[in-house]
Amino acid sequence: MSSEAMDNARAADRLREGDRARQAPPSAGAKKLGGMVGWVDDRLGPAKGVNYLMKKVFPDHWSFMLGEIAMYSMIICLLTGVFLTFWFVPSASHVPYDGSYLPLKGVHMSEAYASSLNISFDIKGGLLIRQMHHWAALMFIVALSAHMLRVFFTGAFRKPRELNWIIGCVLSMLALVEGFAGYSLPDDLLSGTGIRAAQGFMLSAPVIGSYLAYIVFGGDFPGEAIIPRLYGVHVLLLPALLIGLFTAHIVMVAVQKHTQYPGPGRTNENVVGFPVMPVYAAKAGGFFFIVFGFTALLASLVQINSIWVYGPYDPSAVTAGSQPDWYMGFADGALRLFPGWFEFTVFGYTLSLNVAIGALMLIPVMYGIMAAYPFIEAWVTGDKREHHLLDRPRNQPTRTALGVAALTFYGVLMFAAGNDIMAIKLHMSINDITYFFRVAVFVLPVIAFWVTRRIALSLQRADRNLVLHGRETGRIVRTGEGRFFEAHEPLDEFSRWKLVGFERQAPLELTAGTDAHGVANQSAKHAKLRQRLSRFYFGHHVDPVTPTELAAAHHDGPAHEAIGAGEGAHAGAH
Amino acid sequence: MTNYEFPDANSPGVVRLDDGHSPAEGTLPAVFENPGLPPHVHRMSDESERGAKRAEKQVAGLFGLSMVGTLLALFAYFAFPTDHRSWIPGLGTVSTINLLLGVGIGLGLLGIGLGAVHWAKTLMPDHETVEMRHPMRSSDDARAEFVDVMRSGGEKSQLFRRPLIKASLGGAMALFSLPLLVQLIGSMGPLPRNRLSVTFWDGPLENAEDALGGYEHRTFQPVRLVTDPEGLEIKAADVTIGSVYHILPKGLLELEENMLEEKAKAAVLLMRLDPTDFKSTEGGRKALEWSYNGIVAYSKICTHVGCPVGLYERTTHHLLCPCHQSTFDVTDDCKVIFGPAKRALPQLKITVDAEGYLVAAQPFMEPVGPSFWERES
Repeated sequence: MSSEAMDNARAADRLREGDRARQAPPSAGAKKLGGMVGWVDDRLGPAKGVNYLMKKVFPDHWSFMLGEIAMYSMIICLLTGVFLTFWFVPSASHVPYDGSYLPLKGVHMSEAYASSLNISFDIKGGLLIRQMHHWAALMFIVALSAHMLRVFFTGAFRKPRELNWIIGCVLSMLALVEGFAGYSLPDDLLSGTGIRAAQGFMLSAPVIGSYLAYIVFGGDFPGEAIIPRLYGVHVLLLPALLIGLFTAHIVMVAVQKHTQYPGPGRTNENVVGFPVMPVYAAKAGGFFFIVFGFTALLASLVQINSIWVYGPYDPSAVTAGSQPDWYMGFADGALRLFPGWFEFTVFGYTLSLNVAIGALMLIPVMYGIMAAYPFIEAWVTGDKREHHLLDRPRNQPTRTALGVAALTFYGVLMFAAGNDIMAIKLHMSINDITYFFRVAVFVLPVIAFWVTRRIALSLQRADRNLVLHGRETGRIVRTGEGRFFEAHEPLDEFSRWKLVGFERQAPLELTAGTDAHGVANQSAKHAKLRQRLSRFYFGHHVDPVTPTELAAAHHDGPAHEAIGAGEGAHAGAH
Repeated sequence: MTNYEFPDANSPGVVRLDDGHSPAEGTLPAVFENPGLPPHVHRMSDESERGAKRAEKQVAGLFGLSMVGTLLALFAYFAFPTDHRSWIPGLGTVSTINLLLGVGIGLGLLGIGLGAVHWAKTLMPDHETVEMRHPMRSSDDARAEFVDVMRSGGEKSQLFRRPLIKASLGGAMALFSLPLLVQLIGSMGPLPRNRLSVTFWDGPLENAEDALGGYEHRTFQPVRLVTDPEGLEIKAADVTIGSVYHILPKGLLELEENMLEEKAKAAVLLMRLDPTDFKSTEGGRKALEWSYNGIVAYSKICTHVGCPVGLYERTTHHLLCPCHQSTFDVTDDCKVIFGPAKRALPQLKITVDAEGYLVAAQPFMEPVGPSFWERES
């Protein structure tokens, strides 16, 4: 009410001026909900905490769904896994098969294999559940790997999220073991061959190898202990660890609030997005059903792991083209690439490094490096601030290049596990393919590093160009003098911010090795290494456009920026 | 379109691009400033009730699809037996119940999921909300209090004043897990003893207690070679040049206990080569000497990680392991010529008995299968 209107109003109205409008009485439904909630709240008092959670804001981006897919696939595995436990018999005792799959009728096999066949042929819908379980397991590891790459390439692992990155690394490693334990359970010829190789891996452990193998297998290979033991690990131990760590993972995301991509209005101090209630409840809840439904469709339309084709496990039989599930491919590839001369005899003892490195050390070392990376990068950059805004991968050319190099290394090993299939399909010599991979595993990551860094720097320059000269409109303008040029349209400030809103990077400057009194600095050696690494990281960099530069570009018209302008001094060397 | 005001070319602070990197000077800021949230763009369903109504129908349609899918799944479960097969274009002959149940459940779930997401995207508020972050660290007071609480707890318990308690507690905590570990490791499996070094070719187990973890006692007898899985004895004349047999020691297939465990160590490949095919290396000569007229027997268990070496190339006389592609040259005592294995496949010396059947002349002279630390001792 404006003051003029107020003067004209009646005195009685003026008295009511401060009154609040009476709210509509709560609906019957709301009352009922209030009553139920009240009962619980009287006893546990969760209202405040739940309100906080329901109002929590999450930022929106497609790449944030990768972790969600992993989470939902894991839940699908847990659900379908419970179903499978009702029919699967984790026993290696031998029985003659008496199910409805005729080609194996009467064949002696372990109860584990027989019950897996029963699930596939005699339990109504059992095959569907089994295939959903296997597909969801594969999707779980695909999605968590993609999620991990997203986190790496956007720098989401930086302070304060290093701990959660480590938990993620452990989760990822456990998922591999869980997957291996799971696909080994049916005790078909293929999975039995995998267990056979696993026993060989254990034997290769220096000093304790044979003891380790006899402990794990409860005696000679194969024995009857390994199937029930793997079962306990697969359905109890590892799921408990996975669920516990995953819960910690999620709680930490909620406590630290989700990271967000840079953009207009998004800063390191805020989070811009949508609240859980109702938007994320619907989107994330709905997405669970989408992933679940997709898994069901996949399981009904695409056959996976047809165990009945392989037959029961027999230690003297093998199929050509024996391969593990994809996520174990890189370790298998490493085994295939190692030349035999990595086995040594030292003082009468056999050191089988041709097996031990690829089979026993590769996975822990790889995950160890991954877990340590945030600390290495933080030490090099000397950056102790909290980071909640993600990096665009191009704006961190060296980190991005390191990531792609690591991915290339992994990829070469994974493809190496398919050297036999390639030899058959491509009619090539398996020896040549293997020699190629032996070289490629060292050379390709270096090339990938160099190419990626150049691409990232070029993309940054393209961003600069876009900011300085605007976007091409496709409109050709003819000037009075008869010259033609394409009209460029300057970016609006919101699109521009995405391209200029990152920090300028430069290598650390080395402080003098001696202090003011000429005393040598204790940490000078470390500082030198640090500066060298810092140059490696930030020696090549392209700076964001400054307002002054934009003004200059406007002043210069459509002319192009001189090459190298804005790029760091070291970039000229390349 | 743009709302950016370019400064005039003559205004202070404007520089030429070819000056290179330009630090801030004059009136322009050093770096761009965050322009804040862009203006909100309304959706069709925000602007017209018709658009909203259409979205409502789409969401309801998806939820309806879900119910149809669920009904399909229920129908499929009861209508088809497990062995019913159907031919579907693109898929071939498939289990009807697997297909329909899966498609039904899939649609039942996808309908709910897609409906909920569509609902959220079209009808739920799409105004971005801003929540402020706070530094993760607790306040200095809270940190100090934490230290106080812990220290005073330690003092009140007199932990620091009573070294006897401290030391004995430390000892007890350090030790309590030992029996659990010992129980676990000690009871999970027997010690390997000599088990990795003996096979059924050394003779059958002499007493059953040996299987429970002691040294295995076996006495060698020239045991006949039989085919796997038929169990047929072989005469040297049956083995033609170029042929290959999967071999086990006679009696192994009849074992009631530990058949697979014995098989995993005793499996052998038998091949006949022309005696002139053997290389004139030391290994080749030994191989021929341990053969019977060019019939050689080698352990089938790969010396890399133990897969059966299943592929024999009869033209090149190479054995290939399908797991990791270690390749062994039969003409040169099965030496490794390619791949990750280091050691040659162990040879089984064979001969014929009085009736002309192939028998083992001696057991394996070295452990078969993958390498392990003490295999040479």
